[in-house]
Amino acid sequence: MVPPTPRRFPLPDSHAAVANANVSRDAHAPDSLQLRHHFATEEQQRDAVNLGMWAFLATEVMFFGGLFAAYLIYRTWYFPDFAAASKSIDAAMGATNTAVLICSSLTVVLAVWAAQTARRTLLIVMLILTMLLGCVFLGVKGKEYKDKFEEHHVPGASFSFDNVPVPGHPDQYANPRHAEIFFALYFIMTGVHAIHMIVGLGIFAWLLAMAWKGRFTPEYNTPVEIGGLYWHFVDIIWIYLFPLLYLIDRHA
Amino acid sequence: MSMATIANAPIVERENYLNKHYGVGSWLFTTDHKRIALLYLISITFFFFIGGFFALLIRLELLTPASDLVQPDTYNKLFTMHGMVMVFFFLIPSIPAVLGNFLVPLMIGAKDLAFPRINLLSWYLYIIGGAMMLHCMLTGGVDTGWTFYAPFSTAFTNTKIVEAGLAIFVAGFSSILTGLNFVVTIHRMRAPGMTWSRLPLFIWAHYATSIIQLLGTPVIAITIVLVAAERTLHLGIFDPKLGGDPVLFQHLFWFYSHPAVYIMILPSMGIISEIIACFSRKRIFGYSFVAFSSIAIAVFGFLVWAHHMFVAGISVYAALVFSALSYAVAVPSAVKVFNWTATMYKGSIHYDAPMLYAFGFLGLFTIGGLTGLFLAALGIDVHVTDTYFVVAHFHYIMVGGAVMGYMGGMHFWWPKISGRLYPEAWAKLSALIIFIGFNLTFFPQFVLGYLGMPRRYADYSHMPEFQILNVFSTAGSTVLGIGYLLPMVYFLWSMRYGKPATDNPWNAAGLEWKTTSPPPTFNFDEEPVVTWEAYNYDKLDSPHNPHHGATHTKEVPVAR
Repeated sequence: MVPPTPRRFPLPDSHAAVANANVSRDAHAPDSLQLRHHFATEEQQRDAVNLGMWAFLATEVMFFGGLFAAYLIYRTWYFPDFAAASKSIDAAMGATNTAVLICSSLTVVLAVWAAQTARRTLLIVMLILTMLLGCVFLGVKGKEYKDKFEEHHVPGASFSFDNVPVPGHPDQYANPRHAEIFFALYFIMTGVHAIHMIVGLGIFAWLLAMAWKGRFTPEYNTPVEIGGLYWHFVDIIWIYLFPLLYLIDRHA
Repeated sequence: MSMATIANAPIVERENYLNKHYGVGSWLFTTDHKRIALLYLISITFFFFIGGFFALLIRLELLTPASDLVQPDTYNKLFTMHGMVMVFFFLIPSIPAVLGNFLVPLMIGAKDLAFPRINLLSWYLYIIGGAMMLHCMLTGGVDTGWTFYAPFSTAFTNTKIVEAGLAIFVAGFSSILTGLNFVVTIHRMRAPGMTWSRLPLFIWAHYATSIIQLLGTPVIAITIVLVAAERTLHLGIFDPKLGGDPVLFQHLFWFYSHPAVYIMILPSMGIISEIIACFSRKRIFGYSFVAFSSIAIAVFGFLVWAHHMFVAGISVYAALVFSALSYAVAVPSAVKVFNWTATMYKGSIHYDAPMLYAFGFLGLFTIGGLTGLFLAALGIDVHVTDTYFVVAHFHYIMVGGAVMGYMGGMHFWWPKISGRLYPEAWAKLSALIIFIGFNLTFFPQFVLGYLGMPRRYADYSHMPEFQILNVFSTAGSTVLGIGYLLPMVYFLWSMRYGKPATDNPWNAAGLEWKTTSPPPTFNFDEEPVVTWEAYNYDKLDSPHNPHHGATHTKEVPVAR
């Protein structure tokens, strides 16, 4: 299938004149149609956008970093209670979700490759696959939340975690107060992660619409690339969340 | 219309960013960094006067030992809202979002910031956060102190913690986006020849600031999320009654809020470097030391937060380490002060208003910084924790340092921003009034604090001997208030009646002075190519320079 010719972004009137001036002045950039007015070259624009996404991800690391710090402290303080609470969540579903997200990272990489090599159909397929895997993840997550709700493991007035033995210590019961802190962290950490997944789905829906219109070319595919960066980041957060939340002292 | 015909056309006022488009829409939907800077200028000035109004009420209450003007509960809200408004809605956005926004692209020879639409988004986020904060204040406010320590904020107070927290959360993302824009712009948008070692120190300072905004702000964002979750869902993350750790809250809070002080002071230091070099007519002394001291402050600034917690029950070994690291931050700060002083040494010093503000900054920042060392020392800190000594110290840094630099910068670049000259005599007078008013307000507070007057009390009737110093302080705050009102009046006046500014009224080095005043929408008619070092005042003032003496002596702003 022949990729349609790229269409230009609609630029505001005041910017269009300058963008055109750039096109005519810079003979080395024959395809400057996606160039915004304040960049000199497409390479500069691509570098800037990439750096911007990396800087944003640094911000995200610190955002989750506060949660990981809180987790670290309470896990150290209340380790037996955390182990007991961790055992009550379904590691099989967590593992399934881990596999789903790792697969989605593969489809994202293939989408970026497809965009760079002008394979429009493959790009669209990979974007759709990524979104499907994202939805599967959220569905499994929803099922886990529902189970926790039915087991009264959601922190709050109806929370109950009585007479749950500590793994490896059948004579010792977990302290419900401390287990509640585990579940508070569990819901906040996975909840904030899920919000990031939903934002990611929104980004990929937009990318899909752009890909459908044939906007991406080997020269212009930065949105796919930085959208992919974001998706990988959200995956990596999960790669840390899974063992920290699901796999505390499972062998005991 | 092409640029060439504009330049040759016999029109009275050149086309610039102010007169290119008219109408409210052309401002509210602009992506021009200079217009966004002015939007920020108006917004932060609004919040500055709200915060200042609270400050005056606080000082009026403390005029007498009894709590007779307002009830203690109201007083708690006054100092809380004063702190929240001033920190999150004035000081943190002040220099970066106004002068940084306006000047970063101009100084590095770019047409705009890297992400103009994100820049506009950041202003809208600020406005949304500000509106939430205003609504929160009008419907009851918050009474916890701006630090909203848990578990008081999460389990006890019945004021609007969640709404104020969300306002700060939203405004925080505005700050993150500004920092992100600056980092990318400084890395990727520099004009040909503008190497890192030729960057103005203002740019280095903003680069360091942006790193703090990027890496610090998200931590307070997640802290606010945890506080809001704990308060609404009664979780036990910070509440010790439910197994949580209130000291963890303080760690997370100060991990951002201490570096936040450097978000305020670093850009101000950048301004001071520009002003002192220009009005001493000298290359800055030790350029690379001043540049890297900004980075060092940003890095060390992340490692000292627990010096706010020496009495919070942290381990004595942790306290020792944090005390030593807090001393270490003083080194790059002192490097700057010594280098500015050395720049002035044997310089040809001009006593224009921006320089008077820079002098004020030097003295006040030095006092604020040195008293910071008192507070880094464990023994003295335990003695003066939660007294007026701390209040005086951080006001010397934030008002005497950051705001002095901001005022100096506003005067220095006002001809570039507005295309008009401000009245120099009035500006000198207001610099003097601010300096006197500031010291009269805050120096007595050092004494009060050392004598043991605690902060955050409406009523000190059991220690009436403190009244005389409080009267000084309240009198000073009135003087200070007048000092801040004056520039607002004459800046507004000069927009209509001020003498038109030349392109470079100070005969200053720096790319921003090589374009027109006010600059055109895309900043430069031709893309600049940089072949010179920053602060080449020796070349500018050389008798061989064809422009030598062309502007400085004749066209400095004059009083009328």
